[in-house]
Amino acid sequence: MFHYTLKRLLLAILVAITVSFVTFMLLRLSGDPAMALAGENASPAEIQFIRVQYGLDRPIIIQYADWAWRALGGDFGQSPYFNQPVKKIIRGRLGITMTLGGCALAFAICLAVPMGMLAAIRPNTWIDRVALTISVIGQAMPSFFFGLILIIFFGVMLRWLPISGSSTWRHFIMPSIALGYYATPAIMRLTRSGMLEVLASDYIRTARAKGLRAGSILFKHALRNAIIPVVSLLAVQFGFMLGGSLVIETIFAINGVGFLGYESIARADLPMVQAIVLLVSMFYVVLTFFSDLLNAFLDPRIRVA
Amino acid sequence: MAEQVVGDIQEVDFPSPGQILRRRTLAHKGFMIGAIVLLMIIAMALLAPVLSPHDPYHQDLAKRMISPIWQKDGTWEYPLGTDNLGRDYLSRLMYGARISLLIGVSAMVISGLIGTFLGVIAGYFGGRVDMIVSFMITTRISMPVVLVALAVVALIGGSLNVIIWVLGLLIWDRFAVVTRSSTQQMRSIDYVSAAKAIGCSTTWILLTEVLPNILNNLIVVATLEFAHAILLEAALSFLGMGVQPPLPSWGLMISEGKEFMLFSPWMIAIPGFVLSMLVLSVNLMGDGVRDITAPEGRS
Repeated sequence: MFHYTLKRLLLAILVAITVSFVTFMLLRLSGDPAMALAGENASPAEIQFIRVQYGLDRPIIIQYADWAWRALGGDFGQSPYFNQPVKKIIRGRLGITMTLGGCALAFAICLAVPMGMLAAIRPNTWIDRVALTISVIGQAMPSFFFGLILIIFFGVMLRWLPISGSSTWRHFIMPSIALGYYATPAIMRLTRSGMLEVLASDYIRTARAKGLRAGSILFKHALRNAIIPVVSLLAVQFGFMLGGSLVIETIFAINGVGFLGYESIARADLPMVQAIVLLVSMFYVVLTFFSDLLNAFLDPRIRVA
Repeated sequence: MAEQVVGDIQEVDFPSPGQILRRRTLAHKGFMIGAIVLLMIIAMALLAPVLSPHDPYHQDLAKRMISPIWQKDGTWEYPLGTDNLGRDYLSRLMYGARISLLIGVSAMVISGLIGTFLGVIAGYFGGRVDMIVSFMITTRISMPVVLVALAVVALIGGSLNVIIWVLGLLIWDRFAVVTRSSTQQMRSIDYVSAAKAIGCSTTWILLTEVLPNILNNLIVVATLEFAHAILLEAALSFLGMGVQPPLPSWGLMISEGKEFMLFSPWMIAIPGFVLSMLVLSVNLMGDGVRDITAPEGRS
């Protein structure tokens, strides 16, 4: 286990460095940051001044090394729009996005795992078909369209829920559903196929033959084994959600990191965008690292491979 | 007597692989529905100049926000109504199909070429090549697609070409993952070893032995990524950083209709519906290909 952890940790660090490098280069080379900072009506002299001021005249590799070194210590520079440290602004928004992501994931699990189980227990019945329909629609409908439909129905027509902002818990209901629904098809499919496989295995037959109660077989014996691959999928989906929450936060005007990212892109606030992209990527790397460890812990066969 | 039996056996008609494929395809409801819907959307896109009742760019401020035909004040002149600038919604919808399909196909081809190349060489050669490719895949998956695509497209400027290339260069990961594992299974199979033994070149083996045999998995991923690219384009355009006005992208139409959705919900419902139908049809076909090409009894 120690050897495996060490290997995985090394890989995670390498991936983190590469991701930070690639995203830095991508964003830097897509436009001239000095021109973006100076604004539309800046003279060439002003642009040149800003270029020197922000160190943008140095070789790009040096700029990256400098940026990465500071980022390691949590310093992402100043946001030219807010005129405040990027770190401070993001810290104020991070909690909201995490809450949204957590609620969305909880919604996805509550919908997908029971549906996947039911579909596996009664394959090829109406329950299975309902589960399949939900997952097919979930894959086809764009999350922003689904979010707008929720707003029209529950916000405008029924007036049950507030349609924008993030001040109370009720503000989080619709965005969580819109964001979480997108993750349900994958979770449901994996739960279903995992359960089908486990339910057909010898030890379940043995458990049945011993006369164990159906509930005990289902939850203690079957679900426990079927859920292992789902756990790592959840980590992956949570990572995707933080990236995808940009769209949902923008629709519902939720003051999280995603909305901040969208606004910063629109304002060409490059230090902010770079920090957010890096943050979301690093979060994903850390998540998959821990989910791999958890998997290896739960399933000893993985450690050897 | 004996001759009679032989005669009987000869009369038994074994279906050729092609016939089995055709039979399975026609019997697969999901695939057929998906194929019909997709064909309709493709026809709509190709025939847009012929079929569309109006110029999709022509603004007529006197005829703003006309309701679609199923509402009281709808007219046959504008079956799906007009938008806030008085442009015919049906015509914009038809031309919008061109943009979705164009971006979907182009991004799929670019990402497919990159992903398949990487996946096949990783699966076939293994060892260090596999290590490097796997690392590239992990790195790519760790980058948030929507965020990166949005930022890069916004910084460079949202032209069709930029969107296609940015999406194509971003979504190759699933191609690589799937072709890699399929190729790994092929590597030690007898006819690949035989081809190696008679001295075929590696390129030849990859192109004529490996690639045709992983084609079914490749098609399934291709449909998924086609749909993925269409959804991403719609999201970028919806956020105002993808396809730029006055081009009629469905995502952009939803974004433009958003302001009026409280009183005219059809303005987002119509483009949203066709967008969902397009993605649904492609997904159904992908699932269909997986079922149809699955070995006997596993579908």
